[in-house]
Amino acid sequence: MRSGCLKNEMNWNRKDLLGLRELSADEINFILETADAFKQVGTREIKKVPALRGKTLVNFFVEPSTRTRTSFELAAFRLSADVINISATTSSLTKGETLKDTARNLEALHADILVLRHSSAGAAQFLAQRLKSSVINAGDGAHEHPTQGLLDMYTIREKRGRIDNLHVVIVGDILFSRVARSNIFGLTKLGARVTLVGPSTLVPREFEKLGVTVSNQIDKVLPDADVVNLLRIQHERQRKEYFPGISEYTTLFGLTKERAKLLKPNCLVMHPGPINRGVEIDSEVADGLQSVILDQVTNGLAVRMAVLYLCGGIAA
Amino acid sequence: MSAIIIRNGRVIDPANKRDEVVDLTIVDERIADQSAIKNQKTETIDAKGLIVAPGLIDMHVHLREPGFGHKETIASGAHAAAAGGFTTIVCMPNTLPAADNPATIAWIKDRANRTASVNVLPTGAISKNIAGEELAPIGSLGQAGVVAITDDGHCVQNHELMRRAVEYARMVGLPVLDHCQDYNLVGNGVVNEGYWSTLLGLPGWPAAGEEAIVMRNILLAELCDHHIHCQHISAAGSVRLIREAQARGVKISGEVCPHHIALTDEAIQNFDTNYKMNPPLRSKADVDAILEGIADGTLSILCSDHAPHAGFEKEVEFDQAPFGIVGLETALGIFIDQLVHKHHKIDIVRLIKMYTLEPAKLLKLDAGTLSVGAPADVTLIASDLEWTVRTDQFQSLSRNSPFDGWKLKGRAVRTIVNGKTVWSL
Repeated sequence: MRSGCLKNEMNWNRKDLLGLRELSADEINFILETADAFKQVGTREIKKVPALRGKTLVNFFVEPSTRTRTSFELAAFRLSADVINISATTSSLTKGETLKDTARNLEALHADILVLRHSSAGAAQFLAQRLKSSVINAGDGAHEHPTQGLLDMYTIREKRGRIDNLHVVIVGDILFSRVARSNIFGLTKLGARVTLVGPSTLVPREFEKLGVTVSNQIDKVLPDADVVNLLRIQHERQRKEYFPGISEYTTLFGLTKERAKLLKPNCLVMHPGPINRGVEIDSEVADGLQSVILDQVTNGLAVRMAVLYLCGGIAA
Repeated sequence: MSAIIIRNGRVIDPANKRDEVVDLTIVDERIADQSAIKNQKTETIDAKGLIVAPGLIDMHVHLREPGFGHKETIASGAHAAAAGGFTTIVCMPNTLPAADNPATIAWIKDRANRTASVNVLPTGAISKNIAGEELAPIGSLGQAGVVAITDDGHCVQNHELMRRAVEYARMVGLPVLDHCQDYNLVGNGVVNEGYWSTLLGLPGWPAAGEEAIVMRNILLAELCDHHIHCQHISAAGSVRLIREAQARGVKISGEVCPHHIALTDEAIQNFDTNYKMNPPLRSKADVDAILEGIADGTLSILCSDHAPHAGFEKEVEFDQAPFGIVGLETALGIFIDQLVHKHHKIDIVRLIKMYTLEPAKLLKLDAGTLSVGAPADVTLIASDLEWTVRTDQFQSLSRNSPFDGWKLKGRAVRTIVNGKTVWSL
């Protein structure tokens, strides 16, 4: 893999990917273009390139995740890196070791890239400041999930040819969502118009200061949407004060079969998964023609290969 | 018999409405009239260009003994106080065991007598084990020598229990200090709820969580006709509530910490846990309201909320780090720099009053004045001296300060406790 095949030459100089807020529009575009090249690798008979051969990647998932971890693991395999997985239950964190000490031990084993999923906002930045290894944020609390934001943007760009001036509607639990924040930061940088929709308790007006519109009326917003990105309602985590119940949520904000009729024919329906069928989205809509949910998963692999390739090439 | 003459300083003693360049005489550990000097051996201290103030009182300090001597001991905390210009510190009861019983108070007093370079005055808990469920033996705590009761670090949520605590404290003549935090409204909040909590995805601690308990305390102070002092005020709404209640004659007061006027929640954006304290840093509007509250006298007392933690305890994920920063060695400098020099909110005389007469009056202390016969606790202050904060030079055992490298104007240069210089620059 050579960067010479990319449209935009650019000098990538970040060892870490912590969030989309600190990236420029050029840097985001550069990652997406790098992912273009890697996407093609997945269609070959031999789905593997030697870009990270000899490098060691640690998937350090302090908070449980299957989808994101698997995606990073596969991305690393396709780049020929050696991969180990550590989860909260198998790490010494359960024995009282601090995050810093655990990570420094991994570094002492010459881990080149650390992919961190953690329940605390700022955890990835915390490690990045203290390690020479490359740190990739795979989700830190309600803060950022940059590779999810990137794969969402990649998918929009792939299906609609652009991002600027598109109207992207994000629906659901915005307050506790790192996916929402990474999408907001990335999409607004690339010129999209973003509307957040959900119950007022989960979409505080304060978000308008981030350059987006807040609405509590989904039926008014859907006809004007170019993309609808539905977030999982994480009822298992929610304090009960935030909304009265799942059925009321579906009544007010679910993308039901009926509501989907309000959408423009070329509007994309997205979801970061795992989906709750019948809660935030009806089965028919999730599996319908407008749904690009599985494309997101495929693109996630290409985007993560691009991120590992770029950052892994910088780390000492 | 020994005597000290502090020569040619500007003596500021708000208790006696005194502000003049004059010599101050100390004989046998007490402030004396110059005529009391007979043939004793006399030491002279040149205070030309300096302010000679009553020894400053910090009525909100966490010494970590008993229980957490790796963060701070009574001795190290007292020495940090001396280096910051304080001759008297009031320590909070959230130790291990909690200071909720006479034996622990006796232990703290004994330890202070044997190891502390400044006066250490303990507070007692409002509730047993600071759990907010049953009253601590407030009368016995009073007899053991506490100067006030508080559950600081925690807040009694049960208004009925708090009401009875205030009534009981009134009977035994102890002021009530309260850390104002409504647990339901605050939840797991770690930073001010607002723009930065939204941006960073950190759990928000809304200003209303403080204001609700300030309001509760106003109602109880009225109901029980007894003074309640609201600790570390951080929110604009709290200032307004206290101002309105004071205008009606309610016995309510409030105190201010340096970080709540020198910093806003913008400082948390790099997840540095040295900006994590409780209550949290708030918005510019809150800072402005607190400055106004100081200027118009609504907030009458300055303090540090000195809260030492070991480096390894603070160097963790933001939401998992303990709340609190050290403050004894930076508080006076920040207040002089910000309140007197930068914002011109008050003059140095008022500042000294807020650090001496006001806490002494509230806690009924034999301190905070240069009256003849008073204990010879004196702080010499260079109000225009420029200096740079160096946490690696702190006397405190802990270094958890967000002010490392700050350039400040004004500080204490000599601290005298009972006629003895315990620290000088």
